[in-house]
Amino acid sequence: MKLAQGAPGAKILAFGHYQPANVVTNDDLAKTMDTSDEWIQSRVGIAERRLASPDETEVDLAVHAGGKAVAASGLSSADIDLVLVATCTMESQIPNAAGRVASRLGIHAPGAFDVNAACAGFCYALSAAADAVRSGSAQNVLVVGTEKFSHWLDWNDRSTAVIFADGAGAVVVGPSDVPRIGPVVWGSDGDKSDAIIVKDRNSFLHQEGQTVFRWATTALHPVAKDACDRAGIDPAELAAFVPHQANLRIIESIARKIGADNAVIARDIVLAGNTSAASIPMALSRMIERGEVPSGGLALLLGFGAGLTFAAQVVELP
Amino acid sequence: MAITEQAILDGLGKIINEITGIPASEVTPEKNFVDDLDIDSLSMVEIAVAAQDEFDVEIPDDQLKNLKTVKDVITFIQG
Repeated sequence: MKLAQGAPGAKILAFGHYQPANVVTNDDLAKTMDTSDEWIQSRVGIAERRLASPDETEVDLAVHAGGKAVAASGLSSADIDLVLVATCTMESQIPNAAGRVASRLGIHAPGAFDVNAACAGFCYALSAAADAVRSGSAQNVLVVGTEKFSHWLDWNDRSTAVIFADGAGAVVVGPSDVPRIGPVVWGSDGDKSDAIIVKDRNSFLHQEGQTVFRWATTALHPVAKDACDRAGIDPAELAAFVPHQANLRIIESIARKIGADNAVIARDIVLAGNTSAASIPMALSRMIERGEVPSGGLALLLGFGAGLTFAAQVVELP
Repeated sequence: MAITEQAILDGLGKIINEITGIPASEVTPEKNFVDDLDIDSLSMVEIAVAAQDEFDVEIPDDQLKNLKTVKDVITFIQG
């Protein structure tokens, strides 16, 4: 048996993102449930979020973000031979999203599969993409995180409805002579699987806020540091720290503990809410668009969420 | 020797001050975390985590809702 010959390393060629048009402010939510702008901002850090229209699907969001990433990469659809979609909010599980996203972007017959690691999903999919390029299983990979939480939320439950939102972010991963996507550090804790859960197809998302907050603020900074160690990077070298945009207080708690003293900290949650697998690529894409992070700079990505699952890696920005 | 109530109170005052900015002198046994000190549920988790490290006692989330006053926490830590 022979093995395929892969590239020495993998890199992110480009980013893209998409937010639905419909902006929902905290004051909008306060009209229909017992909450307030002050309550939401002080506990979660969100000022506004975007929600998809009823006829706009996770696949639609992914096609917008993925199309932008492919266009920005300088590649054509014909160059992409693997499409990965990280999502946990598909309204229907069959067929997967990746095949439809590929088809609508004119990517002909690529490998196509979805990844469900909830809010850690993008980091898992990015790792799978980099490994595929390095092993020779794929040349260029489109990785999309897309979520439509709005149809999994109980709009009378202020503990979830004010937090989760809709959106998509994407990257194109291709070969590199040197590593520009670092080793992933990933793991899970199935003992806490009830902490963030949709029990069945007729249920809404439920979250044990205190349990998740305690886990996120105590268990994850070692994972972030480990990802730096395994990439051979000192946290002080980081240009950006982009954790999953779960809660501004979690983001700032982890940021304080990892020593990324020179990094721009992603705070995209303020204007995007928690978009699960979409939050990291969407945040980074918007930071790049605003010129907040330099090309060639190093970014530490840290995904974490339902499962519980987590994954982190250092990447070089295109 | 068991840790004294005053020592726990002093330690809690310091922890609560660091997490919420509330002066340690305002942290007295009869104070209710929500009604008197305006401490929210997430800050309570941070306080519990810090208190666990400080006093070497486990304060699980399902106990947190029963700890309504500073005195409740002191009693819990004293076991």
